Amino acid sequence: MAEKLFSLIYLVPLLPLLGAFVNGAYAFSGAKLVRPFVHTIALAAIFIPFLITVGAFLHVTSLPEESRQVVVTFFPWLDVGSFKANVEFLIDPLSLTLMLVITGIGSLIHLYSVGYMSHEPSYARYFTYLNLFCFAMLILVMGSNVPMMFIGWEGVGLCSYLLIGFWFTDSAKAAAGMKAFVVNRVGDFAFIVGFLLLYWTLQSKGHATVQFVELRNAVTHLDGVMLGSFSLVTIVCVLMFIGATGKSAQIPLYVWLPDAMAGPTPVSALIHAATMVTAGVYMIGRMSYLFSMSPAALNIIATVGFVTALFAAIIGFTQNDIKKVLAYSTVSQLGYMFGAMGVAAYTAGVFHLLTHAFFKACLFLGSGSVIHAMSGEQDIQKMGALRKHLPITHATFFLSTLAIAGIFPFSGFFSKDEILWHAFNHSKLLWLIGVTAAAGTAVYMLRMVTLTFYGESRVSEEAMHHLHESPLSMTIPLMVLAFLAVFGGFLGVPESLGHFFGLHESNLLEHWLEPSLVFPKEALPMASHATEYFLMVFSLGIAISGCLIGFVLYTKRKDIPESLAQKYPKVYEFIYNKYYVDEFYKAVFVNNLLRLNDFLALFDQKVIDGIVNGTAYVTKIVAYVSGWVDRTFVDGLVNLTASVTSFGGIIARRFQTGRIQTYLYLALGAILVIVFYRFG
Amino acid sequence: MISINSYLFVTVLLFCLGLYNVITRSNAVGILMGVELILNAASLNMVAFAHFNGNLVGGGIFALFLIVLAAAEAAVALAIVVSIYRQFGTIDVEEATNLKG
Repeated sequence: MAEKLFSLIYLVPLLPLLGAFVNGAYAFSGAKLVRPFVHTIALAAIFIPFLITVGAFLHVTSLPEESRQVVVTFFPWLDVGSFKANVEFLIDPLSLTLMLVITGIGSLIHLYSVGYMSHEPSYARYFTYLNLFCFAMLILVMGSNVPMMFIGWEGVGLCSYLLIGFWFTDSAKAAAGMKAFVVNRVGDFAFIVGFLLLYWTLQSKGHATVQFVELRNAVTHLDGVMLGSFSLVTIVCVLMFIGATGKSAQIPLYVWLPDAMAGPTPVSALIHAATMVTAGVYMIGRMSYLFSMSPAALNIIATVGFVTALFAAIIGFTQNDIKKVLAYSTVSQLGYMFGAMGVAAYTAGVFHLLTHAFFKACLFLGSGSVIHAMSGEQDIQKMGALRKHLPITHATFFLSTLAIAGIFPFSGFFSKDEILWHAFNHSKLLWLIGVTAAAGTAVYMLRMVTLTFYGESRVSEEAMHHLHESPLSMTIPLMVLAFLAVFGGFLGVPESLGHFFGLHESNLLEHWLEPSLVFPKEALPMASHATEYFLMVFSLGIAISGCLIGFVLYTKRKDIPESLAQKYPKVYEFIYNKYYVDEFYKAVFVNNLLRLNDFLALFDQKVIDGIVNGTAYVTKIVAYVSGWVDRTFVDGLVNLTASVTSFGGIIARRFQTGRIQTYLYLALGAILVIVFYRFG
Repeated sequence: MISINSYLFVTVLLFCLGLYNVITRSNAVGILMGVELILNAASLNMVAFAHFNGNLVGGGIFALFLIVLAAAEAAVALAIVVSIYRQFGTIDVEEATNLKG
């Protein structure tokens, strides 16, 4: 039975691919749309893998810790010299965790989409992309070697592009898709350069491999290898991290994520909150043995992560689009994850990935439910007092908000607290940035909730008319996710709190993930339990006061934020326009690139075309001359031969009379001539 | 004694007359007569040489054969001339141009 589960594991990525294929063919055929057919296939294609994954998970938990790493080879793929990559899956605690998230939350979001997209004409196309995305994401997570991961990495980028630009007739949405794709490309380039650098160096050391399990030992040979004045491992790690900043929306490549909200909301929940954007975190976790070798790279990651967390949280204050607020909050939370990875608290990072997947998916789906109910309105300034109209959405949304704000005992509290605890041990400054960002998160999230669900109603008459709670297919996923958002934190209760709950084994997740991870050699000295308790209470206090401030500021004392905005209009403008980063990129990169394009186009038109046309012109002249020579001399010679022959014919014809007498006459003449010469 | 040159002179004369006849006539029978003259010139030549070489038999036999040949030739040729006459209503060789390309 157990072995059978592993032999079935290939179905996990294969079924979504098959589902995408069937629905894709269906959408392509242009046959009459039968919605139940489409969503039955799509749901089955993700739910069956979920069941298989759960089975595999249960089986792996029953194994002893040291054998919790199984490589299932599917078929050989690339075998070129020392470069060997098979299509094989690495099943270990880390990949299983992500697989559960992808298939589990993926199933819920597929279910949610059935309701959310029920009026969409391109229904089959939507589910095709969604299934295809799940396939690519599963390949990314399950692939046992870097090339497979990279295929998944590119695949999710493609699906993200397709889904952001799902309503491609709207040029702004199509442009958002393109932006996501192009920005990701920058990161992907760094990623592949980093990987090739790693591979070539390993090859020159005689340990060429691309397989994660083998890499774990192989990279130890890279210790002390220098490239210029930096250690090679640091360069590789930084390059791969740049790849991660693209996919996971970190400074400086985060700009695509807020624009990615142009896609359907379930897509935002699945791709741009729960799964794809966490690929970078997963990648660092998967290669933790490499990153652990380079404290310098880890420092960069931690700094970028925490700065992004604060940076994006501040933007979140000023945004009025419900999805944009969530987008910046996602960037900010991803910053936390990278911060955790950077301080080598890999389990904390993955833990936050997990809880974030729960509460952020719930928030996005909740916002989708709100948008659905409001007939497409996304501006929170035009909402308010929706609590009564959308009770289930409100309840789930509120619980998830408490989770993301880090209120005890919701899931966000545990994961965020663990990150901050590790950050504190690493560097007080990083901790301070993290705590500030956490406070900010609490405020702007409560601002959003308050403006949406409480206060006075600012809903337009017409929208009020259609206001309704969403159907069951949408509320069930919300409730499941809210449940997870509330209780998911108990997977990682810190040791210091474990005995309060009477748990035999605290920090389940950490023990579970440990075999997949390699930590740096020098362990940091941990501060005492007392400090830990103090920090917990401190950050909880910050979160609670942040929530209260957010609630009060946007209900009773609405004048305060307004007067602040009026008092410092420049600052407000600056943040409202997202620090003008998009404008900066546009001015520096996009415009210069376009200018270069113009120049190249001009070069093409004038120089290249000129050369081509010149060649053509010269050829024409040569051909003209050659033609003339041909006509005059060659043809002349040929015609001359013909003329001579025909002239000879005219002469010779005179002798050929057909009269025997003439011939005899000639013969006689000839004889006479011969006789004359011979005897004359 | 008549020398061989006299004979040869006669045969050459005969031959030339025959040849002239053949070349100039357009009457088929006339041409035929020219051919007879040429053959006879040859016969006379044979006999003359035989006589002066002291070997009468060889030259005589040659002459005999030539006479037979001439008779056969005349028979065949006259038959052809008759059929030409039937075909074209004339024995002028200039008129019989059916085979001309």
